[in-house]
Amino acid sequence: MAVYKKTYRPYDGPLTPSWRRLLVIPRYAFQDLHRSRFLTVFYIATFLYPLICALLIYVQHNASALRVFNAEAAQHLISVNVVFFLSLLGWQSMLALFMAAFVGPGLVSPDLAGNALSLYLARPFSRVEYVFGKMSVLAILLSLMTWVPGLLLFLLQGYLEGWGWMSANARIAGGIFFGAWIWILVLALLALALSAWVKWKPAAGALMFGVFFVAAAFGATVDAVQRTRWGHLVQISDLIGQIWVYLFEGPNPTTNGAVFFRVTQGEELPLWCCWSALIALCLVCLYMLARKIRGVEVMR
Amino acid sequence: MDPVIELDGLEVRFGQRPILKRLSAALTGRCIGLLGPNGAGKSTLLNTLLGFHKPCAGTARILGRDIRTSARAIRALVGFMPENDAFIAGMTGVHMVRLMAELSGLPPEAALERAHEAFFYVGLGEVRYRQLGTYSLGMKQSAKLAQAIVHGPKLVFLDEPTNGLDPPARLRMIQLIQEISGRGDLHLILSSHLLRDVEECCDQVLILKDGAIAAFCNLEEERRSNRRFLELETRGGSNGDFLQAIEKLGCQSAIGAQGRIKLILPEGLELRRLYEVAAAQNVQIRRLNRKRDSLEDIFLKAMEAPGGRL
Repeated sequence: MAVYKKTYRPYDGPLTPSWRRLLVIPRYAFQDLHRSRFLTVFYIATFLYPLICALLIYVQHNASALRVFNAEAAQHLISVNVVFFLSLLGWQSMLALFMAAFVGPGLVSPDLAGNALSLYLARPFSRVEYVFGKMSVLAILLSLMTWVPGLLLFLLQGYLEGWGWMSANARIAGGIFFGAWIWILVLALLALALSAWVKWKPAAGALMFGVFFVAAAFGATVDAVQRTRWGHLVQISDLIGQIWVYLFEGPNPTTNGAVFFRVTQGEELPLWCCWSALIALCLVCLYMLARKIRGVEVMR
Repeated sequence: MDPVIELDGLEVRFGQRPILKRLSAALTGRCIGLLGPNGAGKSTLLNTLLGFHKPCAGTARILGRDIRTSARAIRALVGFMPENDAFIAGMTGVHMVRLMAELSGLPPEAALERAHEAFFYVGLGEVRYRQLGTYSLGMKQSAKLAQAIVHGPKLVFLDEPTNGLDPPARLRMIQLIQEISGRGDLHLILSSHLLRDVEECCDQVLILKDGAIAAFCNLEEERRSNRRFLELETRGGSNGDFLQAIEKLGCQSAIGAQGRIKLILPEGLELRRLYEVAAAQNVQIRRLNRKRDSLEDIFLKAMEAPGGRL
């Protein structure tokens, strides 16, 4: 029917299944993100480090390439081990934090600021689906920055080094995958909860950095003044760093964590404390989302 | 006729404060008005029917589906135009309406086509590519109506659709509502505190006061009965003789305030006969009104009635 026929008509065509409606929010969000040149350039730039890592792995296994540069000795300088992959995860996760701070607030704040939630939730679409849809945008973006390149590099190293290396270091692959997912979950929940709470994009982005960096400074101050290590409980990067070390190496670690996520030796918290603190943080974020993501806000 | 909305002891509380008090009614009209002063519970009732608030007692059924157990199925059948500004900043009008259509289950191509149609239908065709944040209040109201009807719902909730509109925009909105309602393939629930809006559009009215039903009025029946109800103002002659004469024609009559005569005409009696009888009795009919109680009368009575119920 032509659009100029200005009459109302009911819709009697086919409907999409419920699971496909979940993909509507990420699709619109990616279209929106694609319009920002800064974000596109930044996102592409985040793949630089994994590319360098891939090059290093390749060069390490190609003596002929090293001979071209007369640098056969360099083969022994590069070792692809736990530290190599922890560093990769550390770098990429720090970039993921920046990405989440740029993208996350733009996902929820405009809906809340414009009272659009009543429009979303008056449809066959629940609050959980709404949050899940918004989180999936960050999950996809951050996955492509963290565990996807990490696992690809692991597979490349395994392919070049042989099956024996791969089976001996299988824990690294698990560490990359689960470690990155924990980080993504924390970032996504925090970004959505903060932006739902303040409803203003720039403030939510700033708050996101504040939670990480100001809290880290506060924790460090508590540690220094009180001569304790419990200040690390509010340092999210330290908590996640300790969990990563466990995921990568088990109960007897040989390293003290990834770059940006390293805890000074001797100041480590018990692992259950790290898990508890992160779970508590996630629960607080879920509570904040449950309070704010509603069709109507009730003034009691 | 099956009720569109059936309220069955519906009660909603915010904390300890009762907002809706055991509402029970069966609404069957094509366009149903929810009327009441500010704070009467109209928007809360709509929000509860949409599943935004949980009832603490009782329930309601929309097109036969229970709001406690089939909220999702109900929302698939319903379109909602909220009272307040509701838009996604930074999105164009047609983009947002398309998004809403897709969330209601329309495939992307159909959603795009219907988003354009809906925009033309509500009179915003020329501005559909403009960002919603730049729309005037009237345009925003129309855009909200567009997103409410884009997916072809069976029932549309309109919460104060003429709020803040200037007279031409209000007239346009009322015409749109009347047109949609007149098509007969969907029902409308119009919540408003403006009597005129409800009177012009609705065939049934539920009047709320302090969260309770103050009156339920079938305007369609009222209008039908109004056609048989007359109020006469006469001069000259004797009202008593005139009344006797017209009662012989089968009319029921009574003397009202200021000597006005109230009549209910029997079926088949033409008005011409009244004038003939008046002429025979030497009585002049100076004024003849068809109206009985207007919605305003009903509303005011409901508001003044003790306990808030007629």
